[in-house]
Amino acid sequence: MTPVVEVRGLRKVYSLDGGDGVVALNGVDLTIARGEFVAVMGPSGSGKSTFMHIVGFLDRPTAGTYRFAGDDVAHLGGDALADLRSRALGFVFQAYNLLPRTTALENVELPMIYAGIPAAVRRPAALDALDAVGLAKFAQHQPNQLSGGQQQRVAIARSIVNQPDLILADEPTGALDTASSEDVMALFRRLNEERGMTVMLVTHEADVAAHAKRLVTFRDGNIVGDVPMKERVLA
Amino acid sequence: MISFVQTLRLALSALVRNRSRSLLTMLGVVIGVAAVIITVAIGTGATSSVAAQINGLGSNLIVVIPGSVQTTGAKTGTGGASTLTAADGMAIATLPGVASVSPVVSVRTQLVAGGQNWQTTVSGVAPSYTFVRSWPLAQGSFFTQAQTDDTAKVAVLGQTVVGQLFPNGASPVGQTVLIKGVPFTIIGTLTPKGQSSAGQDQDDTVLIPYTSALQRLIGSTMIGSLMVSAVDASSINSVQNEITALLEQRHGVVAGQPDDFSVRNLADIAQAASSTASILALLLASVAAVSLLVGGIGIMNIMLVSVTERTREIGLRVALGARSASILRQFLIEAVVLSTGGGALGVVLGIVGAAAIALFAHWPTSVSIGAILLALAFSAAVGVFFGYWPARKAAALDPISALRFE
Repeated sequence: MTPVVEVRGLRKVYSLDGGDGVVALNGVDLTIARGEFVAVMGPSGSGKSTFMHIVGFLDRPTAGTYRFAGDDVAHLGGDALADLRSRALGFVFQAYNLLPRTTALENVELPMIYAGIPAAVRRPAALDALDAVGLAKFAQHQPNQLSGGQQQRVAIARSIVNQPDLILADEPTGALDTASSEDVMALFRRLNEERGMTVMLVTHEADVAAHAKRLVTFRDGNIVGDVPMKERVLA
Repeated sequence: MISFVQTLRLALSALVRNRSRSLLTMLGVVIGVAAVIITVAIGTGATSSVAAQINGLGSNLIVVIPGSVQTTGAKTGTGGASTLTAADGMAIATLPGVASVSPVVSVRTQLVAGGQNWQTTVSGVAPSYTFVRSWPLAQGSFFTQAQTDDTAKVAVLGQTVVGQLFPNGASPVGQTVLIKGVPFTIIGTLTPKGQSSAGQDQDDTVLIPYTSALQRLIGSTMIGSLMVSAVDASSINSVQNEITALLEQRHGVVAGQPDDFSVRNLADIAQAASSTASILALLLASVAAVSLLVGGIGIMNIMLVSVTERTREIGLRVALGARSASILRQFLIEAVVLSTGGGALGVVLGIVGAAAIALFAHWPTSVSIGAILLALAFSAAVGVFFGYWPARKAAALDPISALRFE
């Protein structure tokens, strides 16, 4: 089966005025197969965020190839990448990023609006997604009426509503207390195990990463570790 | 790809989310558009009331007034000389192209009737005056040529005078009024004519035969002016020239010397008044347009703040698959909805305001469809023009830094 993400020799150099530039990624090779649950760890400046942005089509590599679901995305224009984001990706952010004064249901509908899905289909699909995260009865609540953990679960419902090929979660538990973090990570694992969703999680907390099945460690723009979770725990 | 209708919905829900800010942003345009509508309504009302006054002046009216006199270097103003006589009027009446002539001699004096008294302008005129001024009677009859020849003591009252002398509503016809102490019999009343273009109450007048006025009230043979009615509007200029030639001959004006009279076409004067009103209206409207412009800048200002404030939201929309064109369109639509919404509210406020001014200040106002359409189109243009820059800024945001924006 075609891997969801396949990068080879990925480089990213941020050019600075009058300088040589800062190397954020220095030739990264990585393959994420369908149905994987990968945690990406590394200290600040290790390149893990840059990597996630490139994988999420929010940034472009300086060099190297990136195949998404088998297709080379290097030559796609801004609009094509935007369409790919709406159809094939789901984002979860540290700060939830829900629209204020907008119901949970409408927040979950938003990616479908950008994907051009008709209203008649959107509503039941959004309700399904909310049901999958256990918040069906909060559909008409606005973000300020929900706890942090609930808001993040709404954000997760939003990320899965278009049945994406890949969910990208950027520090999804960074703003949550331990109990809510556990809930959210359990939810990711359930989505991965029961629905076969591919998840790539960026975090710097080891106990959060422990919920994943594979751990990729970045340092100074390189991957310095790529192990199945059980081995790491043993080691 | 997202449809236009969906983008419109997104824009509307974004505006509704910030209800109070949206309304306050609109306020600038509301006031601007209302100001445009009201000032144009006042201007149009003034212009059309001047036009009505031109018609009210009389049919194809030409006025002959005495010129200025110069004695030992001091010039009096036009009309200062006493050079016109009733005979001049009769000579003018024989000219081709002249339909009718009435001398006018006015004196300001006190009237007494019953227990009431009132100071007004008493004008001595000829029976042709009602035709020359296009001024029909409300009641009774006008004096005849025979009464004029007899210097009869008969008077026709304007409505303001009627109101002052007969406040209890009794019919004045047949009653006696003392004019400068001389008893005159009231034989008729004039229909109301309203204000002149100079703002005078034209109904505050009493008409008597000019012969009676000259003999009984003034004791002179020199008349104040001659009102001449040309047969039609197109002959006004040629009649004016003929009158000038005739009077120069009758008054023995030597070629090269200034005339001792002046011939004026009142339509020209009214035209000047009308164009003054138009210029004033234009001036008011441009001041109002400036306030509309300021309203537009207000929208731009708020939209720019809004783009900064909603940076994270914009980043999110990009991450969720919004094309930069969709972001641009959404922000542009928000600006246009704000400005046209403000424009629509402004039209309503303007119509109400113009009606209120007509009602309470008694200024004639006339709200024109043209002004409404213009104001709406202009406010939409303001939205596009001032919304484009913030929208461009929003669409050009880098999603990664936008998502990180605190």
